[in-house]
Amino acid sequence: MKMHTINFTINGRKESLKVSSNLTLLHMIRENLALTGTKNGCEAGECGACTVLLNGEPVNSCMVLAVECDRAEIMTVEGLTENGELARLQESFKNLNAVQCGFCTPGMLITAYELLQRNPHPTPSEIKEALVGNLCRCTGYERIIQAVEQASGE
Amino acid sequence: MKKSQKILALIGTNIPRVDIQEKMTGEALFTDDIQFGVKLLYARIKRSPHAHALIKSIDTSRAEKLPGVRAVVTGADFSGRIGLYLKDRHIIARNRVRYIGEPVAGVAAVSEAVAEKALDLIQVEYEPLPALFLPQDAIKPDAPLIHPDLGEYEVVNFIFPKPGTNISNHFKIRKGDMKNAWKNCAAIVENEYYIPHIQHVPLETHVAVAKVDLSGKITLWTSSQSPFAQRDLIAKTWGMSPADIKVISPYVGGGFGCKAGVTMEALPVLLAMKVKGCPVKLRLTREEEFYTNFVRQALLIRLKMGCDAEGNILAMENTMYWDGGASTEYGVNITRAGGYSSTGPYDIPNVKTDSYCVYTNNTIGGPYRGFGMSELHTGIEQCVDELANKIKMDKVAFRMRNVVESGDILATGMVMHPTGIKACIEKVAEAIEWGKPSEPSAPHKKRGKGIALMWKAPAMPPNPGSSATLKFNSDGTVFLSIGGQEIGQGAFTVAAQIAAAGLGVPMDWIRISKPLDTDYSSYEWQTVASRITWTMGNAILDAAKDARKQIFKIVAKAWKENKKDLEIKDGIVYSTNTDKKISLKDFVITGIPKKKDQGWIGGPIIGRGKFMPTYVTGLDKDTGQGKRAVVHYTTGAQGFIVEVDTLTGKLEIIKAVSAFDVGKAINPDLVKAQIEGGMVQGISSALFEQLVFKEGVLQNPNFVDYRIATTMDLPDKMESYYIEVPQDDGPFGARGIGEHPMVPTIAAIANAINDAVGIRLEGPPFTAEKLFMAIKAQNKSVD
Ligand code: FES
Ligand code: FES
Repeated sequence: MKMHTINFTINGRKESLKVSSNLTLLHMIRENLALTGTKNGCEAGECGACTVLLNGEPVNSCMVLAVECDRAEIMTVEGLTENGELARLQESFKNLNAVQCGFCTPGMLITAYELLQRNPHPTPSEIKEALVGNLCRCTGYERIIQAVEQASGE
Repeated sequence: MKKSQKILALIGTNIPRVDIQEKMTGEALFTDDIQFGVKLLYARIKRSPHAHALIKSIDTSRAEKLPGVRAVVTGADFSGRIGLYLKDRHIIARNRVRYIGEPVAGVAAVSEAVAEKALDLIQVEYEPLPALFLPQDAIKPDAPLIHPDLGEYEVVNFIFPKPGTNISNHFKIRKGDMKNAWKNCAAIVENEYYIPHIQHVPLETHVAVAKVDLSGKITLWTSSQSPFAQRDLIAKTWGMSPADIKVISPYVGGGFGCKAGVTMEALPVLLAMKVKGCPVKLRLTREEEFYTNFVRQALLIRLKMGCDAEGNILAMENTMYWDGGASTEYGVNITRAGGYSSTGPYDIPNVKTDSYCVYTNNTIGGPYRGFGMSELHTGIEQCVDELANKIKMDKVAFRMRNVVESGDILATGMVMHPTGIKACIEKVAEAIEWGKPSEPSAPHKKRGKGIALMWKAPAMPPNPGSSATLKFNSDGTVFLSIGGQEIGQGAFTVAAQIAAAGLGVPMDWIRISKPLDTDYSSYEWQTVASRITWTMGNAILDAAKDARKQIFKIVAKAWKENKKDLEIKDGIVYSTNTDKKISLKDFVITGIPKKKDQGWIGGPIIGRGKFMPTYVTGLDKDTGQGKRAVVHYTTGAQGFIVEVDTLTGKLEIIKAVSAFDVGKAINPDLVKAQIEGGMVQGISSALFEQLVFKEGVLQNPNFVDYRIATTMDLPDKMESYYIEVPQDDGPFGARGIGEHPMVPTIAAIANAINDAVGIRLEGPPFTAEKLFMAIKAQNKSVD
């Protein structure tokens, strides 16, 4: 397998890695960098558990190759947490019990965070649309939608 | 302040989840997140492409020679059988495969890619056998036997297999006089319903890592609802002491039943035995999760119900054929649960029930949120609607007349305890404005309302135990050691609440000892059956009582007071007699000094507690009669308003309402969160979900073809209520609520569809396509 050296920024830190051409961004994040907050739910781009920000856009990291991330800026749930950027969303997720098993939560938070960056006051149907690719088997979504709405409130 | 007032400050309060912070930062540890270092090996499994076949030969020699492969196992490596209630399953197939996806060989290698490559090098020769995919075929007298050795399998004493057939359990109820009962009926309804296989779909797939050390001791890290049951089952299977097996289970990314018992976890153990010292990880892919994980069994249910002219249900005949799949080690008890609860929440004097667990060559059936009750109620609650229709009685009034009440003798002979089901019905009927028409949003759309009731008892052996330990630290904080798992339902939060209330300390003094570790955690049978709040809660209260006893003994001695005059509030022990006070932090580890430096009283406090129901009795094999079949029933009701587009068949849920009697809501908002999540899972199973098998081959093993509810599929409006009729054996009166919210959903939606367009489909999912075809057929017959 051909190896490539890629340079990128993840959660504000500069990194350089040698990666094989078939390594996915999800594997790179979880295995090579041990940032395990990003979850693997399907590896087929169908569940959203692996959502991260790639140059500010939410992507399913299981569908992106690591080699595509040369010179990219990547943000995972750990990065947003450290920056305190997620604080308001986290507060409303907590108030509304929008978390159960928590496996979908990092992906949900990333998607919701990006939505609020782009659209600070989304309507419930805009929230639903933004989160449609993030599956959750536990909560029934209602509280997640309300939490995003609440976080956008002020 | 009175004791009851003090407890109220914590019980019945919306305390935030204790696991919330770590789950929102990416810090919460799940099994696949644990780092094992360079020694870690990766397992992949070679699976049967045949639904039923004899294994003629397996050649693993080429796989073994592949660089990077460390171990290969086949059925030849282990002959033992595993199973919770009936030991009918090989960890790896031996001689015969019984479903598509059954493990036939396993490989551990330095990477998943190498392991995967090795699988291709394993050659297996099969001789296909005739396969059975429908329980109604499998029970025919001349059907080929899927388990010819059924008579030799070890089985618990409340499961009744029929050797020489494909029936692995037959549960019967014979109560009353059926012949006469039918004669007295003014109306009789007979119906058949089919509820297809569905999958649990936790967002986290199954993952287990096993390590065997040089002395043979096993450590297993698993995403599990049942670390203790896994330890004990694995110990039994290999003839080991449970003390030589350690199961560590961190947070679970959703269970819904599929992470109970042992499913795939024994596979890495088998591999790890061949590579001592190296951890071996097996993580199911999403595709494997769909087609090899235990499924919710399909059910074919035939019902006959009759009532008199006043609307009193006089008789029910209920015949259930459960599609148990290739192994029914766990499923046999679903059949039993379906049997003893087979009347639904109704008082029916004459009952004949036959609940059959039938082997087929489909994927193995197992526990699924509701443990058979969703399937059962899908039949019963539609049949009840039909019966009410037939005698032209209002469906809510008909249910109110027949529903179980305190003191009723149930079909098994058990006496019903107090229950709030009538209040649940009233609440739901009111919320959907029962009896009032709801205006459709367009002329080609039709609206309907439907209601369904439910009951469910924790299904388990008669005597599953729970225990809890409370260990104080020097600052008064307490480690609460439990074996109940946090699978998203909020178990850790409720456990901490109960401990804090039981001890009389602030909530944030309680820390849950985690991850669960069978070496250190207190024993718990399994986190299943909606039993944890109830049973573990009782054990925690018992431990708190024990700790208080020790505390009072020490303080009473130091103060020379009567133990009865002492109380604890907010972590401070005080005397109601003398106004003396001492903080727990001042003595729970160090004890209290005697006067004038003359020694010490006390020492570290450890409270220990247990709970086990001791009052459940056996049921007669031929009549299903006994004194107490189950511990108790949680009851409830759901109501739906739906709108059907008659041009497209598309269904919209306008309003969905739930009400359940939870005994006591320890944390009301978490109760509501359970109800909502369960209701949406129920809606998903009613509208979208079905595992489509073709000759045993799953056609839709991914999220595109097996759709689950997304944010776009929610009802326009959802409401959830709870009623509190206390349970006499529950902590603060609490009963479980984990599974119940999805039990009545399919039936309630089916009844609403029927009300809207007069159609009854044979079974879910009620897709737009099926509804469209049915509406078309209906129009044709009208023309
Ligand atoms: S893991 Fe990437 S979308 Fe599911
Ligand atoms: S909280 Fe479990 S999948 Fe969303």
